[in-house]
This record gives sequence, structure tokens and C-alpha cells, in this order.
Amino acid sequence: MDKPIRVLVAKPGLDGHDRGAKVIARAFRDAGMEVIYTGLRQTPEQIVATAIQEDVEVVAMSILSGAHNHLFPKVVSMLKEKGADDMLVVGGGVIPDDDIPALKEAGVAEIFTPGTPTSQAIQFIKQNIKR
Amino acid sequence: MSLQERLVSGDVRALARLMTYAENNDPEATRVIKGLYDKTGGAYVIGITGPPGAGKSTLTGKLTKALRDCGKTIGIIAVDPTSPFTGGAILGDRIRMQDLFTDPGVFIRSMGTRGHLGGLSRATQTAVRLLDIFGKDYIFIETVGVGQSEVDIVKTADTVVMVMMPGLGDDIQAIKAGIMEIGDVFAINKADLDGADRTKIEIEMMLDLNENKEWRPPISKVVAVDNFGIDDLLEKIQSHRDYLQSSGELASRRLRNTKQELVSLVSDRVMEFILKKSDKGFTVDDLVERIVSKDMDIYTAADEILSRIKE
Repeated sequence: MDKPIRVLVAKPGLDGHDRGAKVIARAFRDAGMEVIYTGLRQTPEQIVATAIQEDVEVVAMSILSGAHNHLFPKVVSMLKEKGADDMLVVGGGVIPDDDIPALKEAGVAEIFTPGTPTSQAIQFIKQNIKR
Repeated sequence: MSLQERLVSGDVRALARLMTYAENNDPEATRVIKGLYDKTGGAYVIGITGPPGAGKSTLTGKLTKALRDCGKTIGIIAVDPTSPFTGGAILGDRIRMQDLFTDPGVFIRSMGTRGHLGGLSRATQTAVRLLDIFGKDYIFIETVGVGQSEVDIVKTADTVVMVMMPGLGDDIQAIKAGIMEIGDVFAINKADLDGADRTKIEIEMMLDLNENKEWRPPISKVVAVDNFGIDDLLEKIQSHRDYLQSSGELASRRLRNTKQELVSLVSDRVMEFILKKSDKGFTVDDLVERIVSKDMDIYTAADEILSRIKE
């Protein structure tokens, strides 16, 4: 447990459903990661400031409100602005298949839709963080 | 620009990265501090400790807000427990401090204990030093929720705020002898709940037993979520700071803490040295096997290790 992976689990947008975020946070913890959880209704500014202060390797966002097309790319571009584009950004939640290519184009590394086993997300992170 | 230059020039990413190095035992963190050691000692360090659920995070957030209103800059280190089984951790203290995230005068860092006992993580002191060099006026250290013996905070903080809440009842009795002794200021949070006065009396009674001490810890009743009593608590922290300065206790406290830190740094390094050492014809594991098989007793083995280091 020398260098645990540090992950920010964030809930951007206005929906109040964080069950999924909590389940994933717990799964990440059980996989030996340090999970920073910040609570509901985070603005992109709050998420980016937290990611930088906590020096995380992964920003994992969960969204159920439908605002993913706006909020995910916003976080990616703000991280880039701050010189933190080495962080791996992933997203989860209720996200239509049609939206996924554009999100990946915008710099979100992977999107996990409902029904994805948590082990898959964990494996993806372990294989794709920049170390 | 080097990390050292970036840290001094106020680069938040450099500060955050150096904290990661400190947590991962990367010598880069201490290398940078070595070059900037004369810049340490300017910040005032406040420890926030108390049982789980007493409201340490919320209170830390409100105290920070009040000090920000006075123009002070703040660093916060919030420690949460690491799972001994997986090495993972959920660091959730930030949930109670959301309105501080985008304030450029506030830097918050969450840390897992990573196997360290005592209520803090091993890198906490180094992280405090980095925030100090960075130029923060006040540094808050929020410990894990404490039980009886997590008293490391006294070795790091100038003022220790012990956060209690009503209704713990006999639990107060249980923790009296351990952590209750380390509070310089007491905060009874959730003081709008039944039993706040009783809790206050119980703390007073405990303090009566230490009457010979020069500083009697004051008690503040607060309701952190409603921002009630925060200014009163800050005043009490300030009066403790004044006392430390006027009595010369601040200097002797820092002297004592420095000595303890030096001793533990050296003992960590000696341990590391011993555990790595196999070139002199023995390993700790060899000795352990001999002890278990009763080929050697444990005390002789300890003597053996020491005598071989001296060679």
C-alpha cells in the first residue's frame, strides 16, 4: 500500500441521487484506493479546485440529471487550463449511448453506464492512470 | 521552474504534489523543505480533535470561514482512517466544507492514516510544514475520530481544540483519562441538544481535578451548523495563543515537539535500516524464525540486532 491511487468521486449538476457515487466510492476503497468524496451538487469549479488540491490521479464523476454533455467537457477543459490534464477523467450515470463518442472526443477517457460491474471501472483505472 | 520555486511563488499544484510526495515517502518532499526550512514557524497550528460524529469537519469549516473574514489565509489537513485490510480509504471531511473549495485563500488536503496510529498520518507534520512555507496564517489539522489514545495531535498543534457533544454520557467517563487531557480549549458542539449543560459540568469537574495547571482550558458552547458560538470559540483559541506566548510555553512546546519529532524520525530511519539490512550476514526475518522455533529468545535477538548495527 505504498502509493494508493487517489480518486476524486464527484457529483456535478443538480440531481440529488448519490447512491451510485457512494457505491462506486466504496468499491474503489475496497480496491485499495484513497477516495475523496465531496458530496452533492458540485460545480465544475469546485471539482477542479478539489482535484488539484488533493492531487488526485483520477476524477470520476457521476451524473443523472442529463447535463453530462455540458458538465463533463467543462471539467476536462478547466483541468487542462490549470495544467492538470494528466488526470484521468471518467464518467458514469444515465448517459445515452449516442452521447458517448462526443464525450470521449472531449477528453473523457471512459463512460460507465448503468449495469457496468464496478470491477470493470476499477480495472480501467488501474490500466489507464499515468504513472 | 523547480518545485521549490513554484512552492514559494504560491503555485497550488506544486504544494499539492509535494504533499503527495510526502505521503508516498518520496525524498523530494523533504529535499524541498530542507532548502526552505528558515521559512517555517510562521503559521499558527490548531488541532481539531474529538470523537467520531462530534462535528469536527463542520466546525473546522466554520472557524476557517470566520478567519477568512478577517483576511487570514488557511490550510486544512483532514485525516480519515485507512482500511487495514485493503489499504483503501474514503476521505469525506470535505463534504462539510464545500463553500471553501473555490476560495483561493484556503487549501484543503484529505489524508488517509495509511497504517499510522495516533490519530494522524505519518506525513501530517511534513504537510503542515509545506503549508507553513507556502505562507498560510493558520493551519487546521483535523484528526480521525478519536477514542482513547489518539493523542499525536499534541505533538503537532499549538492549540488543541477538543470537540465534544451532548449525550455521549458515560462515554465521557470512558475517555477521560486518555484524550480528555490534551484539550487546550473545549468546544461542546450541537449545544442546542438536550444535555449540553450536563456535558459542560462533566468537563468542568474533570478540569477541577487538574487545578494545579497554569492554564485552565475554557469551554465554548457552539452549534457549528448554525454558525452559533464560533466567534466565542475563536476568542478562546486566541486567548490560549496569548497565554502560550506570554508564558513562554509556546517556545517550550515547540522545543518539546521538535525533540519528539526528531527522535521518531531517527527511529523510523533506524528501523528502515535494520529491516533492509542483510549484507552483514543476518536478516530480521532469519532472527524471527529462530525466535519462533525457540532457537533464540526475543530479548537476545533484540540485543543481537543492536550490537550488529554498532559494528
